[in-house]
Amino acid sequence: MSTVFIAFQTNEDTRPIVESILADNPHAVLDEQPAMVKINAEGQLVIKRESIEERIGRSFDLQELQINLITLSGNIDEDDDQFTLAWKN
Amino acid sequence: MDMKANKKKLGLKEKYAHMTRGLDWETTYQPMDKVFPQATFEGIKIHDWEKWEDPFRLTMDAYWKYQAEKERKLYAVLDAFAQNNGHLGITDARYLNAVKLFLTGISPLEYVAHRGFAAAGRNFPGVGPRVACLMQSIDEIRHAQTQIHALSNYNKFYEGFHAGAAHQIERIWYLSVPKSFFDDAFSAGPFEWMIAIGFSFEYVLTNLLFVPFMSGAAYNGDMATVTFGFSAQSDEARHMTLGLECIKFMLEQDPDNLPIVQKWIDKWAWRGIRVLTLVGMMMDYMLPKRVMSWKEAWEIYFEQNGGALFNDLAKYGIKVPDCITQCTVDKEHISHQAWCTFYQYAHASAFHTWLPNAEEMDWLSAKYPNTFDKYYRPRYEQWREMADKGERFYNNTLPMLCQVCQIPMVFTEPDDPTKICYRESDYQGEKYHTCSDGCKHIFDDEPEKYIQAWLPVHQIYMGNCWPEGTDPTAEGFDPMAKVLEWYHIENGKDNLDYEGSGDQANFAAWRGAATQNT
Ligand SMILES: [Fe+2]
Ligand SMILES: [Fe+2]
Repeated sequence: MSTVFIAFQTNEDTRPIVESILADNPHAVLDEQPAMVKINAEGQLVIKRESIEERIGRSFDLQELQINLITLSGNIDEDDDQFTLAWKN
Repeated sequence: MDMKANKKKLGLKEKYAHMTRGLDWETTYQPMDKVFPQATFEGIKIHDWEKWEDPFRLTMDAYWKYQAEKERKLYAVLDAFAQNNGHLGITDARYLNAVKLFLTGISPLEYVAHRGFAAAGRNFPGVGPRVACLMQSIDEIRHAQTQIHALSNYNKFYEGFHAGAAHQIERIWYLSVPKSFFDDAFSAGPFEWMIAIGFSFEYVLTNLLFVPFMSGAAYNGDMATVTFGFSAQSDEARHMTLGLECIKFMLEQDPDNLPIVQKWIDKWAWRGIRVLTLVGMMMDYMLPKRVMSWKEAWEIYFEQNGGALFNDLAKYGIKVPDCITQCTVDKEHISHQAWCTFYQYAHASAFHTWLPNAEEMDWLSAKYPNTFDKYYRPRYEQWREMADKGERFYNNTLPMLCQVCQIPMVFTEPDDPTKICYRESDYQGEKYHTCSDGCKHIFDDEPEKYIQAWLPVHQIYMGNCWPEGTDPTAEGFDPMAKVLEWYHIENGKDNLDYEGSGDQANFAAWRGAATQNT
C-alpha cells in the first residue's frame, strides 16, 4: 500500500480543516514542520465538507482548500461533499 | 446568527461541464487540423478529447475568486515585512545568497512556464486541457511577478539582487542550466512539454524544490519568501494534478503512446534531477539553519512519493525512470560537488560563497556518513588552510560543459567518486561531451537539437560575452572582467567570499542598530 499526503500552511484557517481530517481518518498521521502541516495516510485520505462546517460554524466550499494548500500526492476525486486522495494499488 | 447555506443551483460536476466543455466549438471555415497544427507531429494519438478528466473541476469564476484571495493575503504579509524591517529578522545574511540563487535561477523559469502553458493551451485541440493550461499559464506569471516583487525589498539593502530575473538568466554560466532545461522543453511539442514540465517537473520534482526551500525560508526567518512560496505552492497541487491527468489521458487513449511517453519521462526526469543539483547545494550549504539534508528530501519526495506514483502508473506499463540507479548513488555526492564548484568559481558568480564551518561540517558528516568525511571534508580543510595563508583558491580555467544539461563536468563516475565522469559522442564529424550516461543518451537520441545549445563557456571563448564595443586586442584587455561586466556582476560587491562582503558588514551594522540605542 502506498502513502498519500496533503500539506497545508499552518494557520487559523487550516486548524479546523486539519482537525476534521484527523477525526475522519483515524489511520492518518500528522507531521508538523516549519510553517507547514502535512498529513500522511496509507492508501487513502478523505476530506469531508460537513466535518469542516461543524467546526467552523459556516458553510464551506471544498474548493476553499486550495487557498492554503501546499502540496499533495495521490489521485484526486472531488465532488461537492468530499475530496478524496487515493493510490489504488 | 448562522444562516443555512443555500443549496447550490448546480453541482460541481455539472457546473464544470457547462463552463468548460460547453464553451468549445468545432471550426467551420478552416479544418481543425489547420487550427491545431501541433497536435499530431509528436506521434501521440488522441481519439476522444472528451475523455479528459480534470479532478479539480475549477471554473474560471471560482479561479478568479480564490486567486484574488491568495493575492490579498500575500500582499498584506509583504507590506508588513517591509514596514517592520523584516530583513533584519533572518538568521544570518549568508542565507540571502540562497534567495539570490532563487531569484536568478528559478523566478525566470516561472515566466517561461507562463509562456509554455499559454502555448500548450493554444495547441491542444481538447477544451479540458485548454482550460487547465490557461489557468496554469496565469498562475505562472503570477508566480514570476510576486517573486520578483517580494524580493525587490531585499534589493534595497543587499548586493546581487539588481539584475537577476531579466538580465542575468540570459547570460550567466550556471543560469544556463535551469534556462536551457525550460527552453528545451518549450521547443518540443505540446505533449512533450506536458510530460517535461507538467508531469516530470511539477509532479515528480516540484516538492523537492518548493517544500524544503520554503520550510528553509521559514526556519531562517524569511517571511517574504515563505509567503510568496506558499502562495505559489497553493497553485502547485492543481499543476501536479494536471500533469498526472495528462499522462493518464495519453496512456489511456492509445497503446502506441506508451513508448513515447516512457522515453519522455526518462529524459525529463533526468534533466530535472540535474537542475535540482542547485537545490541540493542550497539545502546542504546555503541555509544557516538547516531543515533536512538533500539526501533526506530526496528519499522522502523522490524515493517514497515517486515510488507510490510509479506504482500507480505501472498498470499502464510505465516503468520507473532508468536513471534511478545512478540517482541513488548521486544523492550522497551532488550537493557537495556543486558547492565545491561554486566555491572555486565565486569570482564569476552573482552571489557569495564560504567554507562550511566546523559545526556545519559535523552536520554534513552526520547526514552523509558514507561520503562527506571521505571525499569532501579534506577538500574544505585544504581550502581553509590555503585561505588562512592568504592563498584563497580560485579556479581560473573555464570548465568544459555538458552539451545537454550544461552543467560543468564536475560529477563523478557512479562507481568511482574520485574520477570525473564524462562521455563522448560523434556527430557530423564533431565531438560532443556529456556529463553522464543519462545526458549522453539524450544527446544521441536528438543530436540535431542539442548541437544548437548555447553553452556559456563556448560563447565566452568565441568572444560573444563582452559588452558591445569591447576591443579584445586592446592593451591590458582582461577577458574575465569584461565577462563580469556583461553579466552585470559588480566585481568585489556581488561576487567572491561572504566573509568580508558588504552584505556581511551591513547586516551586522543594521542588526546592531536595531537592537541597541547607540
Ligand atoms: Fe510556478
Ligand atoms: Fe549533463
